[in-house]
Amino acid sequence: MNKAQIAVESANRRIGKYDRHPLDYLLREDRLPHIWCPGCGIGVALNCFLRALQKSGLDLDKVAVVSGIGCTGRIAGYVKLDSFHTTHGRAIPFATGLKLANPELKVVVFSGDGDLIAIGGNHLIHAARRNVDMTIICVNNFNYGMTGGQVGPTTPVGARTSTSPYGCFEHPFNLPYLAAASGAVYVARWTALHVRRLEKSILDALHKRGFSFVEVISPCPTLYGRWNKLRTGLDLMRYYHDKGVIKHGIDPKEADIELGGEIIEGVFVDIEKPTFLDFHSEALAKDVSGQ
Amino acid sequence: MMGDVACAEGAISAGCRFFAGYPITPATEIAERMAERMPQVGGTYIQMEDELASMIAVLGASWGGVKAMTATSGPGFSLMMENLGLGIMTETPCVLVNVQRGGPSTGLPTLVGQGDMMQARWGSHGHYEIIALAPSSPQELFNLTIRAFNLSEKYRTPVLVMTDAEVGHMTEKVVIPPPEELEIFPRRKPPVPPHEYLPYKADEDLVPSMANFGEGYHMHITGLTHDERGYPVIDAETQERLINRLIEKIRKNKDDIIQLEEDGLDDAEVVVCSYGISARTALWPVELARREGIKVGTLRLITVWPFPEERIRELARRVKAFVVPEINYGQIALEVERCAAGQAEVILVRHAGGDIHDPEKVLEAIRRAAR
Repeated sequence: MNKAQIAVESANRRIGKYDRHPLDYLLREDRLPHIWCPGCGIGVALNCFLRALQKSGLDLDKVAVVSGIGCTGRIAGYVKLDSFHTTHGRAIPFATGLKLANPELKVVVFSGDGDLIAIGGNHLIHAARRNVDMTIICVNNFNYGMTGGQVGPTTPVGARTSTSPYGCFEHPFNLPYLAAASGAVYVARWTALHVRRLEKSILDALHKRGFSFVEVISPCPTLYGRWNKLRTGLDLMRYYHDKGVIKHGIDPKEADIELGGEIIEGVFVDIEKPTFLDFHSEALAKDVSGQ
Repeated sequence: MMGDVACAEGAISAGCRFFAGYPITPATEIAERMAERMPQVGGTYIQMEDELASMIAVLGASWGGVKAMTATSGPGFSLMMENLGLGIMTETPCVLVNVQRGGPSTGLPTLVGQGDMMQARWGSHGHYEIIALAPSSPQELFNLTIRAFNLSEKYRTPVLVMTDAEVGHMTEKVVIPPPEELEIFPRRKPPVPPHEYLPYKADEDLVPSMANFGEGYHMHITGLTHDERGYPVIDAETQERLINRLIEKIRKNKDDIIQLEEDGLDDAEVVVCSYGISARTALWPVELARREGIKVGTLRLITVWPFPEERIRELARRVKAFVVPEINYGQIALEVERCAAGQAEVILVRHAGGDIHDPEKVLEAIRRAAR
């Protein structure tokens, strides 16, 4: 920004041009401030989602956000849309019932890695297998934030958390590989640093017919970062900057994340196949009326 | 028609257009019938990955504006407890059918039990009131499934149909009345436009109206303790207000919810109090006891929860004893004992499950009660 631009910017601020954020109308302002810590990436993911939603042209009366339990699970409480905050892990099967009951709805499941991958892992793979029309945005911060930073199914081998004080002994899930193997028609991963690409992927996912899955690698400086020598949001963003590698279209099998290692990002799957409702309403209706 | 099939047909007559389930004996026939029938009536059947998912998919469908049901038995019922609680907390109309088998655990998959009656009452964590109905025949399974949907919409709460393997697998004549003869309680739609709507502002009967997702109301619904806006508020005051209303909306409307079938209670000295298949098994021993000159009446609990406390108290003041046959080691008998409060004896005719009561044992208990 040059001096002239800065002057215009300051003038705008003085006259209150920026009192309202352009995304405020999509938020429940009476619920703010939110609960997320400074440096957390969930707000970034929410921002990218709301911008994508703004650009999508979708009828906001027909968009529903479903979240489970956890830090990311609180998103449902902040968006000014029909939104449901389920029990732990059950956002996806709730979304399945909602979508099948009212196929007009665009159903977005926005939740964390503990919620969607650990306790909700079975629901994730089955919804992907059925190719139920919904968009999953999974914020992965490699630990359980809400309960104080415990080890989870995405914690890299060797990473320390409050319940892996000697380092994690378990192999983590590679989420794009899991989603792709389960049948998702759109699979992408971005870090919270790569906001333009993340927003674009969410927009593409919203327009995708079938089960779309976007993983957002997100900083948790308060807990995961502190245990693993990445104490500030800035340290984590630097890490994403230095180690983030964009590799569109690669086999997601190769997108494993190791402690301190490269983070492979990109769009890994973008295919077409019939959804649950395609099979249901077309093939089945024919069969029923044919009898 | 088989009881399970009658249950599915009752649901369809009530307007159910979404069924999510998971195969489990002896409730599988309900799912099979729904898989066949749902597409024919423009509804959706989905077989979920487990009963956790089935129960919450039903909640999702209900918020999508469609009447929804699931059906299961013991092991699945245990898994459904989690999201039954969510349904109670979010006041989501839906129906859960439990075709009870012998337990605990895998127990007797193909054989009868009535051991889930207390789980029906208290199975999900926290304190709440529940509505549970107990049919004794396939026809009643049909009728009560319709009633379960009506009560669930009227009081905005999940309603349980607590049947058992005997009734579920019994084949009897079932009359399905034409749709115009059925009373169907519609969803309580909001009387105000979206900007004035508060999802948890209750009407006079303590039940709030309900908007569906996708109608422009932009609601937030959560399993957390919430205020009238539906927003989470984590404090004791809000908890008190919400839980009190959730409980009172059932308790204050007890007279409307509770249905009992009574026979020969006017001059009875002994009351056989039972429900489901056990109430039916008790009919023959009651008849035999009457032939012996014993003044015995029957009280059949069609609604088991909320429990008909007042009626039991009234009877306890003037009868000698209650005989309670049930296929468990004493669950509803404990409730009868609590309400009788020492004024009348309570004799449990227990049974661990696997078959129905030996009529001799019930007769013997009636004789003992009359002495």
